Amino acid sequence: MSTIFGIPTPALYGQILIGLINGSFYALLSLGLAVIFGLLQVINFAHGAQYMLGAFAAYGLLNYAGIGYWPSLILAPLIVGAVAMVIERTMLRRLYGLDPLYGLLLTFGLALIFEGVFRYWFGTSGKPYAPPAQLTGALNLGFMFLPVYRGWVVIASLVICLGTWLLIEKTRLGAYLRAATENATLVQAFGVNVPRLLTLTYGLGAALAALAGVLAAPIYQVSPLMGTNLIIIVFAVVVVGGMGSILGAIVTGYVLGILEGLTKVFYPEASSIVIFVVMALVLLVRPAGLFGREA
Amino acid sequence: MSDALLDIKALNAWYGESHVLHGVDLHIREGETVTLLGRNGAGKTTTLRAIMGILRRREGAIRLRGQDLLAMPLHQVAQAGLGYVPEERGIFASLSVEENLTLPPKVAEGGMSIEEIYRLFPNLHERRHSQGTKLSGGEQQMLAIARVLRTGARVILLDEPTEGLAPVIVQRIGDVLVALKKRGLTILLVEQNFRFARKVADRFYLMEDGRMVNSFPGSELDAHMEELHSVLGV
Amino acid sequence: MKVQSQPLERQAGIQIPVKALAAFALVGLLAAPFAVYPVLLMSVLCFALFACAFNLLIGYVGLLSFGHATFFGGAAYFTAHAVKVWGWDPLAGILLGALGAAALGLVVGFLAIRRQGIYFAMITLALGQMFAFICLQVPFTHGEDGIQGVPRGRLLRIIDLNEPLAMYYVTLAIFLFGFFAVWRIVNSPFGNILKAIRENERRAISLGYRVDRYKLGAFVMSAALAGLAGGTKAIVFQFATLTDVQWQMSGEVILMTLLGGIGTLIGPVVGAAFVIALQNYLASSDFPVTVLIGIIFVVCVLVFRRGIAGEVLEFLRQRKNRSLPS
Repeated sequence: MSTIFGIPTPALYGQILIGLINGSFYALLSLGLAVIFGLLQVINFAHGAQYMLGAFAAYGLLNYAGIGYWPSLILAPLIVGAVAMVIERTMLRRLYGLDPLYGLLLTFGLALIFEGVFRYWFGTSGKPYAPPAQLTGALNLGFMFLPVYRGWVVIASLVICLGTWLLIEKTRLGAYLRAATENATLVQAFGVNVPRLLTLTYGLGAALAALAGVLAAPIYQVSPLMGTNLIIIVFAVVVVGGMGSILGAIVTGYVLGILEGLTKVFYPEASSIVIFVVMALVLLVRPAGLFGREA
Repeated sequence: MSDALLDIKALNAWYGESHVLHGVDLHIREGETVTLLGRNGAGKTTTLRAIMGILRRREGAIRLRGQDLLAMPLHQVAQAGLGYVPEERGIFASLSVEENLTLPPKVAEGGMSIEEIYRLFPNLHERRHSQGTKLSGGEQQMLAIARVLRTGARVILLDEPTEGLAPVIVQRIGDVLVALKKRGLTILLVEQNFRFARKVADRFYLMEDGRMVNSFPGSELDAHMEELHSVLGV
Repeated sequence: MKVQSQPLERQAGIQIPVKALAAFALVGLLAAPFAVYPVLLMSVLCFALFACAFNLLIGYVGLLSFGHATFFGGAAYFTAHAVKVWGWDPLAGILLGALGAAALGLVVGFLAIRRQGIYFAMITLALGQMFAFICLQVPFTHGEDGIQGVPRGRLLRIIDLNEPLAMYYVTLAIFLFGFFAVWRIVNSPFGNILKAIRENERRAISLGYRVDRYKLGAFVMSAALAGLAGGTKAIVFQFATLTDVQWQMSGEVILMTLLGGIGTLIGPVVGAAFVIALQNYLASSDFPVTVLIGIIFVVCVLVFRRGIAGEVLEFLRQRKNRSLPS
């Protein structure tokens, strides 16, 4: 068995894969946060809860409606996105003129409610969710075994990130979004229904989180607690990347995920805090974040 | 005035607690170019913003073809047929020139097509993939006007389009306005530079401290020169 | 956050007989342990102090710290360790806790103050989580078990804190000290500069104030007072656990302050009393407390932003305005 720096290569590649997978989720979630924050100026603390809701939606669809993984990839985000749009319309909208910290506190309260209710209904242990038959098993790549589902997660998240980026940078809707992020009033004065755009954007961000949740269900199990601890790490990712660009959020997510994986190999005790340490370093050297715009 | 296309009566407006427009009356007939003159802080920009609905706290009447604009939500005002070219131009940095141009949605038939616009503004065509804010001041002003022309809006509100621009660009803008007039567009132009304005304006309104103090047709501009100098402070 | 905040006495000319109310409250607090279970009261006092410390930052400087549990829980660990393992006097232990919290506050504050507003909140949250992870792994905290069986000891060799009344009055004294400290900070030249920074930071900078230093100073003071509360809590309840350093605890203190009234002196105390009483009431039932806390958060943010004390003050001000000749 060959080794790199004293670590057997299968173990090393295995950890890098885990890091890549974690990074996929960091990227997906910080992407959703960045999209919502860019336009609404709200830090969506409920993002972790929406991720959890997506996973539970998939679980529910399978166990109560017999609807499998593939349709759930579409249905779960639609359900969670719809709920999110109702939240934006009825609650978030009232806070737009105020200090943005109120938006953070509102979504924090919502996260507590969602997590609390699901914890009450389902307990804290994780529920299993099997990957679809087409994605079971593993591929022998020679230098390591690649579980098919995990490879799928990485590819799917790259595709979703790319798709979201394309939506925002290359489409007319994306142009509305980018323009409204700069000057919502002027865009409205041109005749664009910006309030509706805000609602849609919040729904889109929540749907992205829910989609990540469906992807996560077969790997991490479905648990009411799966969102909140993850979202705090994603906050750190977002501070490192800066809220300036969608691309920055994506790249930072993957890089930090891989870094976490590598740390687990060489210095396991630090792996749970390495992202926070990076955040502290970035704050010292470049407070606006690696891709951030304002000082 | 019942044959006015845009009819504003007794318009009062507030920025928060501050009462900024006092009983403003203004009317424009179809196809007219009307210029609002006044010094800095007279309330000209405020008037445009109040008409568009960007300034929300208002009382009075704002009618476009008899339709009440005051009660409308902001995003519907443009749909009624108003085009707005703000003082700060409002070119979006995160959009390319072409994206900026096509951003405002069409509100009526009869707007200029993209090809027509590029023919009228060839330098916009050249720079169409550049980032919007990489254009010079004059080019950005052209872009701000051009994008409104695409929408089919028949009433254009222009806020100090020549401010800070070189004389040759100012000339160009004047030519564009004359061309628009020929197409039968109705224009409300806010300006401090009345020498520019007199080339295109049919009528003038004079504003001071949030109030309309006078109005007269373009032909009488020289007769009112003394009043103009005192109100404008030039 | 831009909220109304003036000392009770100077609220737009309302004549609240502050001294009379304070005396009344003091008498009430002194007599309370004979009517209410002392441990419950001490719990309220500790968290009230914690909330007052937090409110110093949010109400008077405008900084929302989402990781204040770091200082509360960190101090609890320091105090518990000093008293149980090193055999220190409880007062010395509590002071060590407060100092340790101040040191933590210096580090966290230094990093977090480099950004503002929303980012500041996220950074404090992330750093708080990092500290919680560290607490989980560092040996002296005993991980999931926490430090149990912390002896109450004899304060200054004289007062036996195992007596409930003695412990209560010591806790009360510490709370009053902390409350007075907050009052003193807010009503001082330093406090006035903080308020100026909150109102208009750019203007404060243009006037020549080293705004970052003031913010950091306020942050460290807030951390120290939160640590004072945490250290006291470790002695009162005789344990320090991971619960004390987690983000849920940070969220709780935010709720107490929001519910009680951000930017009012008495608000955090009221909020703490309310939340502790609520948790106590629901402890026996299996009703999910987290959900209720979330609901209170949502309701407060949407329709009750001034909080209990804030609404009362506003009501009094309206009444005063209405009774004035027009």
